[in-house]
Amino acid sequence: MTDPFPTLRRRGFLALAGGLALAGCAGTQATESSAPRSGGRLRAAFAGGGAKEVLDPHMASLFVEAARSKALYDKLADFGSDLTPVPRLAEKWEPNADATTWRITLRQASFHDGRPVRAADVLSSYARILDPKKAFRAKASLAMIDLTSSRAVDDRTVEFVLTRPYVEFPNALATFSAHIIPESTEDFARPVGSGPFSFVSFTPGRSTVLKRYADHWDGAARLDEVEFVLANEESARVNALLAGQVEYAHDLSPVTARAHESGGRVRIVRSPNSGIQAFAMKVDRPPFDNRDLREAMFLLADRPQLVESVLSGSGQVANDLYGKGYRHYAESIPQRERDLDKARFLIKRAGAEGLKVALNTSEAATGFVEAATVFADQAKQAGITIEVAVGDKDTFWADTLKNGSLSSFRSGAMPIESHVSQRLLSKSTTNVTKWARPEFDALYDKAVSTVDETARDGVYQEMQRTLHAEGGYLVWGFADWVVGTAQAVDGVATAPANTLDWARFDRVWLR
Amino acid sequence: MTLGRYTCRRLLLGSVQVLAVLVAVFLLVEALPGDAAVALAGDNPDPARVAAIRSAMGLENPAAQRFATWLGGLLSGDLGSSLVSDRPVTEFIAAGLPTTLLLAGVTLLLLVPSSVLLGVFVARRAGGRVDRVVTAATIGLHAVPEFALAIVLVALFGVELGWLPPTALGADPLADPAVLVLPVLVLLARPLCAVTRLVRAAMVDALASDYVRHARRLGLTRARVDYAHALPNALAPAVQQLARTTDWLLGGVIVVEAVFVLPGLGTSLVDAVAGRDMPVVQGLAVLFGVTTVLVNLAADIIAFRLAPRAGSAA
Repeated sequence: MTDPFPTLRRRGFLALAGGLALAGCAGTQATESSAPRSGGRLRAAFAGGGAKEVLDPHMASLFVEAARSKALYDKLADFGSDLTPVPRLAEKWEPNADATTWRITLRQASFHDGRPVRAADVLSSYARILDPKKAFRAKASLAMIDLTSSRAVDDRTVEFVLTRPYVEFPNALATFSAHIIPESTEDFARPVGSGPFSFVSFTPGRSTVLKRYADHWDGAARLDEVEFVLANEESARVNALLAGQVEYAHDLSPVTARAHESGGRVRIVRSPNSGIQAFAMKVDRPPFDNRDLREAMFLLADRPQLVESVLSGSGQVANDLYGKGYRHYAESIPQRERDLDKARFLIKRAGAEGLKVALNTSEAATGFVEAATVFADQAKQAGITIEVAVGDKDTFWADTLKNGSLSSFRSGAMPIESHVSQRLLSKSTTNVTKWARPEFDALYDKAVSTVDETARDGVYQEMQRTLHAEGGYLVWGFADWVVGTAQAVDGVATAPANTLDWARFDRVWLR
Repeated sequence: MTLGRYTCRRLLLGSVQVLAVLVAVFLLVEALPGDAAVALAGDNPDPARVAAIRSAMGLENPAAQRFATWLGGLLSGDLGSSLVSDRPVTEFIAAGLPTTLLLAGVTLLLLVPSSVLLGVFVARRAGGRVDRVVTAATIGLHAVPEFALAIVLVALFGVELGWLPPTALGADPLADPAVLVLPVLVLLARPLCAVTRLVRAAMVDALASDYVRHARRLGLTRARVDYAHALPNALAPAVQQLARTTDWLLGGVIVVEAVFVLPGLGTSLVDAVAGRDMPVVQGLAVLFGVTTVLVNLAADIIAFRLAPRAGSAA
């Protein structure tokens, strides 16, 4: 224990910190697991959206809303830690031969008011998400369902008819915010779901209290109650955790993690491969419509330096591909290393010597501006001048979808198939790199209609080889997701954010 | 001019000022890039989805028309509803107001007596050692910004020593007043320094004035001369400063709200601007505008009553 106050020191309170003695700084790290036991209330601090937050699960977009939805509701499926769909309310799914019709068998589950979860509830929930007059986030992911032809075979069997062959349909069932609500629900003042916790109280922007639902189909939660409280400042979440005001603090910075990891007062839980850190080059316009220049950018990036300086080491070097460790990830493609000579050669061949280009970034995500600044230095060494342009954080994603040629990018976990369909096809709605190639679209269509698992994996490998060679995403790192808990908290899994085991409070217990 | 006519004129002027603030706020938020639909879509800005959100929010109408509709509602006492959650704006105000009022109330309750007493105390010892120490301390403390003081106090008393809760996360300040100690100390620090120094300076002037010397020659006791004759004159400038402090506190001090997780009106405003939630921004602007006008009017009237010649009401 050489440096008990690295965070303080960073803020310049050297003198103050030096004069303080840290109680319990010689404590040992309690990493051994305890036997699960029941009881108690866990208070979990998340960043929030203020007083405008809502309990409608289909409107969720923030982490706290996703975690709360997971406690209150169930989806038909959810993602395992490698982004493979895991059956949840759906007990099993059976496609027909060409994967255009899917028969889903529901588990014997009940809503918090005692009514059973029926096929009609599932169809009604999806109909609500797909309502053409609404703009729910999951709509695009469920758009291949032909609702008029889909039907309830009986109370526990749904038959979905799709508009096209889609082998990855279980990904759609697990998609973000596609939760099952009781038929025709429109009022979420006192939400009723089928999840492991039922509703107690809600104060927008402050607190949500939920209690154990004893009859949950997946076994009752151990905690009596879970309370979600909101603190937008990361420092406030950490301070509250250190002082015992909360037992779980979501989304901590790598710097904080490093500072408190060995202190013995809190546990730091890191989930690897939780998100990508990248720069997006638009391939449809100068200067990055030039393939040589894109490759030069790939080669001039010093990834280890970016990971060390921007992620404080809480992450891994990436290889310009999405989804390390996820199903279908192209592990076999060799890791790209920095090669300044080759980068300079390619820049010359592209006729881009002395190029000046703006890199659009903002405070929309932690580390964006820092990464842009570090990358600008690295590019300088290859003779390219990157001007870091810091824009408005609230509209960053919409701005960079349309404008500029180079921008900061990050993404949370989703299956590689979803990443491709949302971002890399001609008709993709959030195609930041403007990667639009008929032959690549055809590969995607082939992948999602190939029933044979090995043959399908081969198609995904081919797509990733193309993207690695000449795509628009310069993916430099995979960030860990960092959560802090009190020493008394056990059962917190390391899982990428938004997968099944992330923020899964029904599996957590207090020692 | 009588005080009544003066008050009426100021109130009329104040409503024009509030209207001007509303127009300015509306234009400024309109000038920010993006609208509520773009902000809500966040990192999933599918153009079709943004368009659908926009149409659901009624944002296709021209800005002038939206402003006129909202203003019409305001005149009939309706502040409108949030674009994002569809809850009435009054609910947003009701959610943030108690916290802000509580913080402002407790701070002022401590600020007024302590700063006046301290100011008078040192003024009566002007030039002495106590005076020099207090003057140096108030200047030094005044130079520390709120966020820095907040972080030091939290690190020391909240986290390391564990004497006081570092945040108000999940706590009810009324049931657990300990959570208010650190935030109130931070809010108190700079105004205390400013008001103390104003009271001291004005008191020193008053004590050196002809009428105080005359009162002394008449043989009045020192306490009576100081507190009944000198102090009221010395308070007039302090009242103006207190008005500014009150206005500042009632606007919600965002830094303190964020560090200590006491979501008041400041937090509501920041969230609303980030979400481009125009009705909420406008509703809060009305509240802040009216507060500013009323607080300053009250200060001018009090200053006028305290010292008719020195007051600005004439």
